[in-house]
Amino acid sequence: MRKPKLALYWAASCGGCEIAVLDIEEKILDVDANFEIVFWPCAMDFKYKDVQAMPDKSIDLCLFNGGIRTSENKEIAELLRKKSKVLVAFGSCAQEGCIPGLANLYTKESIFRRVYKETPSTDNSNGNYPQPHYTMPEGEVEIPEFYEKLTPLDSVIPVDYYIPGCPPQAHQVWAVLEHIIQGKPLPPPGAVLGAGVKCCCDECPRTREEKKIRRFYRPHEILVDSKQCLLDQGIVCCGPATRSGCGALCVSAGVPCRGCYGAPPESPDQGAKMLSAISSVIDSTDPDEIEEIISTIADPVGTFYRFSLAASMLGRKGK
Amino acid sequence: MNGFEPKIVGFLCNWCSYAGADLAGVSRMKMAPNVRPIRVMCSGRVDPTFILKAFASGADGILIGGCHPGDCHYSEGNYKTLRRSIMLKKMLKDQGIDPNRVRLEWISASEGDKYARIVDEFVQTIKELGPLNLQMSELAVG
Repeated sequence: MRKPKLALYWAASCGGCEIAVLDIEEKILDVDANFEIVFWPCAMDFKYKDVQAMPDKSIDLCLFNGGIRTSENKEIAELLRKKSKVLVAFGSCAQEGCIPGLANLYTKESIFRRVYKETPSTDNSNGNYPQPHYTMPEGEVEIPEFYEKLTPLDSVIPVDYYIPGCPPQAHQVWAVLEHIIQGKPLPPPGAVLGAGVKCCCDECPRTREEKKIRRFYRPHEILVDSKQCLLDQGIVCCGPATRSGCGALCVSAGVPCRGCYGAPPESPDQGAKMLSAISSVIDSTDPDEIEEIISTIADPVGTFYRFSLAASMLGRKGK
Repeated sequence: MNGFEPKIVGFLCNWCSYAGADLAGVSRMKMAPNVRPIRVMCSGRVDPTFILKAFASGADGILIGGCHPGDCHYSEGNYKTLRRSIMLKKMLKDQGIDPNRVRLEWISASEGDKYARIVDEFVQTIKELGPLNLQMSELAVG
């Protein structure tokens, strides 16, 4: 029997999702035994022209990680969409922009100015910026265009499924691959695979009591109690506004949830949910005092939207 | 801006502010027609998601009306809204949206005149701020 064809690609991402695939350890051999890998630029030597030469819909499963930041990201996303039967947004970047999406708080112009001019280690006295087209004596050279904003994968192509996480946890990656290897029926398109349907607190082993917060702490500012809910202790923990599925890894290790599994089901905006959860537990009714307590949270936007700014309600709208 | 009529969504609590708005109406008070009131059971019901959705759907300003402190029908819903609105304004500012586009006011059922005055004031504020054009990237700062 013909083995199903598997493609993996990375767009605007860090490469952690590629490692997450290898984190399934020796089961990667089962992946190789059950799939024919036809494209995986990070790990194997394929060229874009190999994909271009494939018949349409010939790839059975494509795991696409990374958001869309450049014209190259978009071009390959469109190409893989055309060639794939099932295309999965793999990991937080593809699903909702993740850390690279935080750059949307700045304009392209200010990013370029910072990166190519102002950073202390940069010596760019000619003020050279990357240009999509440049004419040299030898001819014209081209590099992909850097877009104004980073957008999630589903902003440029229809996506069949989403696997959340930064990166997706190995047991969840394997659960999805195993499901497909066994030929079990897939849920309706648009579904989130490899994750739970509740919030991270549901998996958290810590003890929760009534929350009354007088000031917030960053983890290095206090001694963390090993049993008590982190939010009860005043540590900003994104558990209440984050989808379950990771197994509450960070909180079990005494580190607050950063929110990498994205918004829980039925919540269109993770940051707004987090804002709501945090504000409700502030123990004050005096506007000035509330302001003071809130000021102990460093960078609320970057904290509550750490992984989902590019997919937030306002983020999806702005250009 | 010439001829700019702001779209303002008003989330008004059932027990106080909506009744206040109603009083302003039946008393035939004159006020700007820009507010689209939405009755909610409590100002505490106003999820920040509603506000972001209103902005994303084209609202230029959001008015939230609740019972005076101590008067909430559900004891402390208005305090929750107070905390959220302070945090929300801070976050909107960081995302390049003027926090004055959100206004929280305590309006009781007997304060029809206050409602009318605040609506007029707020419409003026938003007219001065101009349209919220997310497409034109008020979001990008820095």
